[in-house]
Amino acid sequence: MHPITTVHYLALSAALLLIGTVGVLTRRNIVVILMSIELILNAVNINLIVFSRIWHNMDGQIFAIFVITDAVAEAAVGLGILIALFRNKETVLADEIDLLKW
Amino acid sequence: MPASFTSAADLIRLLPEIILTVMGTFLMVLDPILHKRSSRAFGHLSILALAGGIGGSVYAYAHAGPAFGGMLMVDGFATFFRVLVMVVGILTVLPSYRFLNRQDAETSEYHALLLFSIAGQCLMAAANELIIVFIGLEISSIASYVLAGYLRDDKRANEASLKYFLLGSFATAFFLYGVALIYGSTGSVNLIAVRAAISGQNAPEPVFLGLAAALMFVGLGFKVSAAPFQIWAPDVYQGAPTPVAAFLSAGPKAAAFAVFLRIFMTAFEPIGGGWEPLVWISALLSMTIGNFAALLQSNVKRMLAYSSIAHAGYVLVALTARSETGTAAAMFYLAAYALMNIGAFAVVSHLSGRGERYQNIDDLAGLGQKQPLTAAMLAIFLLSLIGVPLTGGFFGKFYIFKAALDSHLYWLAVLGLLNSAVAAYYYLRILVMMYMHEPGEAVEAVEPLSLGLRAALILPAMGTLFLGIFPAWVLDFAGKSAALVK
Repeated sequence: MHPITTVHYLALSAALLLIGTVGVLTRRNIVVILMSIELILNAVNINLIVFSRIWHNMDGQIFAIFVITDAVAEAAVGLGILIALFRNKETVLADEIDLLKW
Repeated sequence: MPASFTSAADLIRLLPEIILTVMGTFLMVLDPILHKRSSRAFGHLSILALAGGIGGSVYAYAHAGPAFGGMLMVDGFATFFRVLVMVVGILTVLPSYRFLNRQDAETSEYHALLLFSIAGQCLMAAANELIIVFIGLEISSIASYVLAGYLRDDKRANEASLKYFLLGSFATAFFLYGVALIYGSTGSVNLIAVRAAISGQNAPEPVFLGLAAALMFVGLGFKVSAAPFQIWAPDVYQGAPTPVAAFLSAGPKAAAFAVFLRIFMTAFEPIGGGWEPLVWISALLSMTIGNFAALLQSNVKRMLAYSSIAHAGYVLVALTARSETGTAAAMFYLAAYALMNIGAFAVVSHLSGRGERYQNIDDLAGLGQKQPLTAAMLAIFLLSLIGVPLTGGFFGKFYIFKAALDSHLYWLAVLGLLNSAVAAYYYLRILVMMYMHEPGEAVEAVEPLSLGLRAALILPAMGTLFLGIFPAWVLDFAGKSAALVK
């Protein structure tokens, strides 16, 4: 058995960043885009906690708590905006939101 | 860093943020009590809070120094940007009275969100630690996402708000990933400690640092709408309510540049040679894309959005200079830009009419005959945006290109100057439309100027002329503060 090292965690985090980025860029459904952004934020959290452990200081863990709080606030506002849009346009697909030129 | 309890000095240095958040919360509580009967009071109260905040930040400056164990740094630089974003706030509230009244949308949320957003920007200006930068950035951004979609029955506002939100949180996520990498490679989130770790004996892997700096550049580049991350700006400015678009083009941009300067001129200053080409390219792209795309626009708000991308490019030229003169030039330019741009948006807000029907350049036809005062004020803002002498825009550009030449960035300065010549065309087109055409439907329908609008036009115009005639006053302060950044 190989022990789980820092590199493994960093690789996991990098993979999440990649999946999230590809998700934001290729998905049509805005709810899925939101989920992809949350994935990137979680990649950040994994990084912060691993680094916090390496450096033996708490800054990273405190930062991670703030990132979680921010993710919640962002999700709340984002879904609110999406509901306001859905009422007027009846769609959650990014490519049908084309009143303004991209 | 020793653990210590919060002292009175810490709280004094946080005074502007405290005033703004307390008043913002108070306004939301007040809504059910005052609703509909005297909704103008919301505006009066937020102007009061912003004026109090300016007073508070001057008082905090009198007690300058680090606060909360080095998390905040209240110095001339922080005070400059705090005062700037609060002035932007006041100039946003003034035209909002008439605007909100016309759209039947007078609530206290609008003002509360505005105050929260400005509180976040003040925090960004004074942040000396990456956690605080992030918190300030998010307080400011989340409130502005909602503000952009404030008219929630308007499809265009919905769309603008959603686009702003999606791209904004995507950019913030990248910024955060960069911050995490910085923390990982230096073991600290304090800018001074990061700088020490980078320039110290066992400096971290340059690959990690470079990646982190690039990711943070993506995040901040989005907030200042620099190319190639500018794609959101025209849509958001066009769709958002006009006073909000004015606010977005000045407040968050100034605060994001403050963070940009603070991070890249303190923490990343030792690896300056590494990030300079990145900023160089972004500056050139922003100026070129902004100016050439603005030539093709027929919607005034969209044109101003592209012009604001170009102006972000000019400020990036000052950043590329990597010197104290460059920092001071960027500060001066941001002040001049905020005044002239917000004034130009106030004119658009005045003309647009109910439901924001009139937003095209053709709709300005004949404004000079119908409302000479409005036209004259817009003319001052446009001349300043072009960079004509005797206006703030002229000295702003002058100092920026001087800083670029001092740092031997000859090509960038030449390309920047050529760009400002291109820009003159689309600003002059509006001037010609105002003074050399017969009044059209939009101008015939225009209402007389209200007191708030009159103030919202005359104050920034006076500021623009003041910066153009007595630039030394502001520039000296900026020069002194720029030295403190190091």
